[in-house]
Amino acid sequence: MQEPENPPISVGKDTTGDRIIDDDIDTKRRDVLTKLTFGAGCAGVCALAYPFLDSLNGTRASAFDESDVVDVDISMLRPGQQKVVQWRNWPVFVQRRTPEALASLQAPGADRDLRDPASRVLQQPRDATNWHRSVVPEIGVYIGICTHLGCVPNYNAPSATDLAGGYVCPCHGSHFDIAGRAFSDAPAPYNLPVPPVTMLSANTLRIGLSKGDPTFDINDIQQI
Amino acid sequence: MSNRSQTGWLASRFPIAASFRRQYLDFAMPRNLNYLWNFGAFLTIALVFLVVSGIFLAINYTPTITSAFSSVEKIDRAIASGWFIRSLHIGGVSMLFAALYIHIARSLYYGSYKAPRELVWITGLCLLILVMLAAFAGYILPWGQMSFWGATVVINALKALPLVGTPLSNWLLGDSSLGDVALHRFFILHFVTAFAIIGIVTLHVATLHVVGPNNPAGIEPRRPEATLPFHPYYTTKDGLGLCLFLMIYAGLIFFLPDILTLASNYVEANPLVTPRDIMPEWYFSPFYAILRAVPSKLGGLLLASGSVLLLFFTPWLDRSPIRSARHRPRMRWALRGAFLAFILLGLAGSRPLTEGWLWISRAATIYWYAYFLLVLPLLPRIENPNAMSSIQDTHCL
Repeated sequence: MQEPENPPISVGKDTTGDRIIDDDIDTKRRDVLTKLTFGAGCAGVCALAYPFLDSLNGTRASAFDESDVVDVDISMLRPGQQKVVQWRNWPVFVQRRTPEALASLQAPGADRDLRDPASRVLQQPRDATNWHRSVVPEIGVYIGICTHLGCVPNYNAPSATDLAGGYVCPCHGSHFDIAGRAFSDAPAPYNLPVPPVTMLSANTLRIGLSKGDPTFDINDIQQI
Repeated sequence: MSNRSQTGWLASRFPIAASFRRQYLDFAMPRNLNYLWNFGAFLTIALVFLVVSGIFLAINYTPTITSAFSSVEKIDRAIASGWFIRSLHIGGVSMLFAALYIHIARSLYYGSYKAPRELVWITGLCLLILVMLAAFAGYILPWGQMSFWGATVVINALKALPLVGTPLSNWLLGDSSLGDVALHRFFILHFVTAFAIIGIVTLHVATLHVVGPNNPAGIEPRRPEATLPFHPYYTTKDGLGLCLFLMIYAGLIFFLPDILTLASNYVEANPLVTPRDIMPEWYFSPFYAILRAVPSKLGGLLLASGSVLLLFFTPWLDRSPIRSARHRPRMRWALRGAFLAFILLGLAGSRPLTEGWLWISRAATIYWYAYFLLVLPLLPRIENPNAMSSIQDTHCL
């Protein structure tokens, strides 16, 4: 840039359209002020962005529903059958197990192909951390959300070739045994979640409340 | 710095940095602008706040007559920070209209509508009309009592227009009465208008940047010394003003939320009962007063809408060669009278109709029209013709 012989004090434009800068001006204090202002402006924008992003969290359904529990009557459920009920907008599988299914869960060597046969990962309340992953061995209750990418696995009822039955996710081939435990040769990383369950009677169960583990919160589990 | 930005890879293909610098950093501004020139910046910020908060409100809003009211209640009570976003939106409307009216009054006072800035003035008035349309459509959305009856009254008023009135109100309603179909249409109208406003703002600023800003003296700067680059001189000045503007805005939404909304809009719309007093929002009350002052359905509608449409002709109605009211003592008083008439109309429109306010509205309406149709064209004939030459001699701009 061509400097004029006597730079004018006034700030304006020279004929080339470039700004004239007077070298005598000490800009240090001005730079500090500029940076402070810029910083304060950024802080303000971030503070203002917070409520907007916060609002995207929306509302929790549980904050508005009067009741968070569902009572299920299973008197019509025969061994080997399952019914699907809705709890917190999730599909919940309620199954009555056949003696063959119970036997398959305790069969020696059945643990070999499972990712987490002993239910070490928190995917169930404490009263379901057992070999049958439920409150009583005959009744299994699982949230039907595949731990891979959230599809609903299909129920394979016990048949002549598969006496126990189990679950297969149609999306990416994850499969689970009848107690919702994930097989290790498929993508699902965790066992199916178990909701808190209380047996009100032999044929009635309450989902949403666990007598054996009252402090259990479904939001605390590893993955749903 | 400037050389690099002019020869860089991006700059040679899309010289946005250079044109931004030319239009917003180095842009030559008159050096004598006063604080009334801050309101353009205020309007920009208010518009940004309205659009952003509006989008986040729309995420949680349901435009059906069964859910509209409860979805707004849910935003206020259950959505995280929802109350804040809605206050920001409601407060933003008042701040936008206040700034808009002052911005327009500034232009009337300093003759910013005059040649060569007619297009700046006209695009600005288009913005006023679009903002009014958006405000009206948006007011209906919470589906409160006042919303419902306000909309009913306006749509029925439209029917008074000859030929177009009935089809126009049918297009808005899409049904035999104000219901689901109309609410959905108003929601879309409200949302779309916001983006139309952003588009016209771009035009408004573009036309301003072709001719350059007016200034309080009303005389174009002739020498480079009479101008300053926009940055840092006016960015700083606008920034200071914005701090004040935002403080008032925050004070309004945090401490005085009640004065922004009428309590009757927190009652769900009831098509069977009209509230005792139909009250417009403050920014519509001058036009509402004109509507009530005329004992004729069509006449009231025409005079109320005409009071805005009249402004479009101001550049040609004003015959004076002198731009700023600063140099026109008589016009200054006449214009203050017009501002007073507008304020009186606003007061009259926000009160129940009584004999006294009725006559005040009538007098103010007559003066408003007389200012534009009589004072502006005729005053230059009796003004001192020497005034202009003396201004040009004595001012350094």
